[in-house]
Amino acid sequence: MELFIRQLINGLNTGSIYALVAIGYTMVYGIIKLINFAHGEIMMFGAYFAFLFAFSLSFQLPFILVIVLSMFFAALLGILIERVAYKKLRKAPRISALITAIGMSLFLQHLAQLIFGATPYVMKQLVDTTPVTIFNFDISRLTLLTIGLSIFFMILLSLFVYKTKPGKAMRAVSQDKEAAVLMGINVDNIISLTFAIGSALGALGGIFYAMTYSQIYPTMGVLPGLKAFIAAVFGGIGSIGGAMIGGYLIGIIETMTKAYISSKWVDVIVFGLLIVILLFKPSGILGKNRKEKV
Amino acid sequence: MLKVDNLHVHYGVIHAIKGVSFEVNEGEIVTLIGSNGAGKTTILKAISQLLEKSDGDITFLDKSLSDYKAHDVVHIGVSHVPEGRHVFPDLTVLENLEMGAYYRKDKTKIREDLYKVFYRFPRLKERVSQIAGTLSGGEQQMLAIGRALMSHPKILLLDEPSMGLAPILVKEIFDIIKEINAAGTTILLVEQNANQALHISDKAYVLETGNITLSGPSKELLNDEKVKAAYLSA
Ligand SMILES: Nc1ncnc2c1ncn2[C@@H]1O[C@H](COP(=O)(O)OP(=O)(O)OP(=O)(O)O)[C@@H](O)[C@H]1O
Ligand SMILES: [Mg+2]
Repeated sequence: MELFIRQLINGLNTGSIYALVAIGYTMVYGIIKLINFAHGEIMMFGAYFAFLFAFSLSFQLPFILVIVLSMFFAALLGILIERVAYKKLRKAPRISALITAIGMSLFLQHLAQLIFGATPYVMKQLVDTTPVTIFNFDISRLTLLTIGLSIFFMILLSLFVYKTKPGKAMRAVSQDKEAAVLMGINVDNIISLTFAIGSALGALGGIFYAMTYSQIYPTMGVLPGLKAFIAAVFGGIGSIGGAMIGGYLIGIIETMTKAYISSKWVDVIVFGLLIVILLFKPSGILGKNRKEKV
Repeated sequence: MLKVDNLHVHYGVIHAIKGVSFEVNEGEIVTLIGSNGAGKTTILKAISQLLEKSDGDITFLDKSLSDYKAHDVVHIGVSHVPEGRHVFPDLTVLENLEMGAYYRKDKTKIREDLYKVFYRFPRLKERVSQIAGTLSGGEQQMLAIGRALMSHPKILLLDEPSMGLAPILVKEIFDIIKEINAAGTTILLVEQNANQALHISDKAYVLETGNITLSGPSKELLNDEKVKAAYLSA
């Protein structure tokens, strides 16, 4: 039982990261029907940004500022990627945009390698890591922070999307672009906003991922990016709530597999799950069973 | 108020609108009638800048509309209810109406307009928190019109509002259009239901494969032999 609870907490930790990253996949898909394969690279750049802000300034920034600044620059990067690479392809066949996204992913990996080199950076801990004891369980502060901040940002996002005018406009654009234009909504700006928010949350996921595994390198976003994508599909691509649930489920499935089966089986099971979902319930947990219009 | 002069629109090589001219004066209901594929929707889309014209002029209150981006057209008082309603299916009725007032900042006036919409469409008021995609076709049409009214337009462009509705609802919708007009909104109405459209409008244009073939006061067109044969036979 103790092992189980411990693993559950670990699962929530990993799941928080997947959930944060999955939100970006799902929001971008919701608004322009594109699987943004470069999203894992946003994670990676977010982690590098955090490293730079934390260790290369002559003064020590508080942790929360490191996070906020990294998220901000990742948001700008996300906007830039959309404007440069995807915007022109909005009316192109989807496969063109998809291939561009894969190209963008590779480009960003190589760009990171050019700028930062191929050798991994060691992410020293940015927060106090002494464990806290809750109900006789020692839980690392980083775990608490990861879970706590992730949930905080997800609540913030939900409030934004469901309660504010730009949030509602974002949903309107994802449902019917032409009608949104007739309402006076500037669709380009809303799409940029979507990339900004998705990228900022993805960067946060990347920072927590780097802190959990203590390393930053140009291809670090590939595997967690793929798993977050699976989480988004699992939850129902296009659904923000689904991405959150999918993220936590994948996180928990992954840690449980590690603990009770074998760490060798983790990727087999997670990727196998993708195939099973695509075969039996392609719309995912919260997705709508709508026929795709081609 | 709205003046379309020698409008041409192409879809690639297809010449869909071939030099159409017409005019809508303030306070009027003007209708464009024509059968499937005549180009009615294309003209409305060109007015609201969803489509780029290839030639001609579209002016509204002496401003050339092609100087505006599609999302800015509503700012100067042109509101377009698209063919097929296009309500936001996963937003609630209230959220749809809020989107209609998206560009406006005057909270108290928006509230007034919301009450007016609820007054005109009591059925929407009963269903404020219903998801729009679950409304009936007639309710969705009312929502689409209500949403367009939330922008407080000077002119309302209506694309086949009676499409797919039961006869009683068709009558209700046309009555509402007349009321909206009586309350001061100019209307450009596109219809296949020529009979109803000619009955409520002041002036009419008949569109055939991208050309206007006939025009005049609606009362006269109602008695025109060619119109009777082609559009009023049913
Ligand atoms: N996206 C498009 N690409 C190519 N041709 C188009 C496109 N949209 C419309 N057309 C063509 O332009 C012409 C006018 O179409 P439009 O939709 O304006 O007709 P309409 O009068 O609104 O018809 P309906 O009453 O069926 O709505 C038609 O011949 C149609 O096939
Ligand atoms: Mg049409």
